[in-house]
Amino acid sequence: MKSVQFAAKFEFLDEIRDFVGTIAREGGFGDKDVYNIQLATDEAASNIIEHAYEGVSDGVLELSCGMKDDTITIILVDHGEPFDPSSIPMPDLKADLSERKIGGLGIFLMRKLMDEVRYDSHPEKNSNFLTMIKRKR
Amino acid sequence: MEITVQEFKHCDMITVKGRVDSATAPQLAQALEAANEAGKYKLVVNMAELEYMSSAGFRALLAAQRNCKRYNRGEVVLVSVPDRIREALELAGFTELFKTFDEPLLAVGHF
Repeated sequence: MKSVQFAAKFEFLDEIRDFVGTIAREGGFGDKDVYNIQLATDEAASNIIEHAYEGVSDGVLELSCGMKDDTITIILVDHGEPFDPSSIPMPDLKADLSERKIGGLGIFLMRKLMDEVRYDSHPEKNSNFLTMIKRKR
Repeated sequence: MEITVQEFKHCDMITVKGRVDSATAPQLAQALEAANEAGKYKLVVNMAELEYMSSAGFRALLAAQRNCKRYNRGEVVLVSVPDRIREALELAGFTELFKTFDEPLLAVGHF
């Protein structure tokens, strides 16, 4: 597992996507899966920056990523407000234009694009863990 | 991300290149709003050279579609959507909210 720390700012999303993209590509994932792994990680990191660190200017995001057999595991750790993705209702994808809500779309995409998405909050350590897993088909 | 705007007789074409994420989506939103403020509500978004778009970009497109559709025959249509981005838009249920075209001329001709 490789780990790297980023300042929790949107300007680092490029590097965050590159980091997981390189590991996924070297691990043998095809272009489509690499794109989707990058998209899911971007959505996860964006949510942390926007929600967990809302109003916080010096937040830190720790990103770990590694391959084991045919599985990629991505772990994002933050020290902000707990933000449980499962508490966010699924977007209504059949709603028409005027009723369509954009909130929750990132989480919806994460769940669709990855095989597993887990969230663990450890208030005693002031840490939140988001783990995402995808297997090669 | 790079945005260029080209005016046609019946619509404007907004070409977005590069990557749209939470960092760059505000620029896209701004370009779309600027068109509306200039009285343009028939917009073609050309994605031929777009490499990446997250839900932050989808949000900008959705807001623009709402604003444009308030006006008579106003609409945002998408053209030359790359496969990966099309798949994500489909997953998000967005392809039902936007007409998509394969060629810029077909999109411009729609208006």
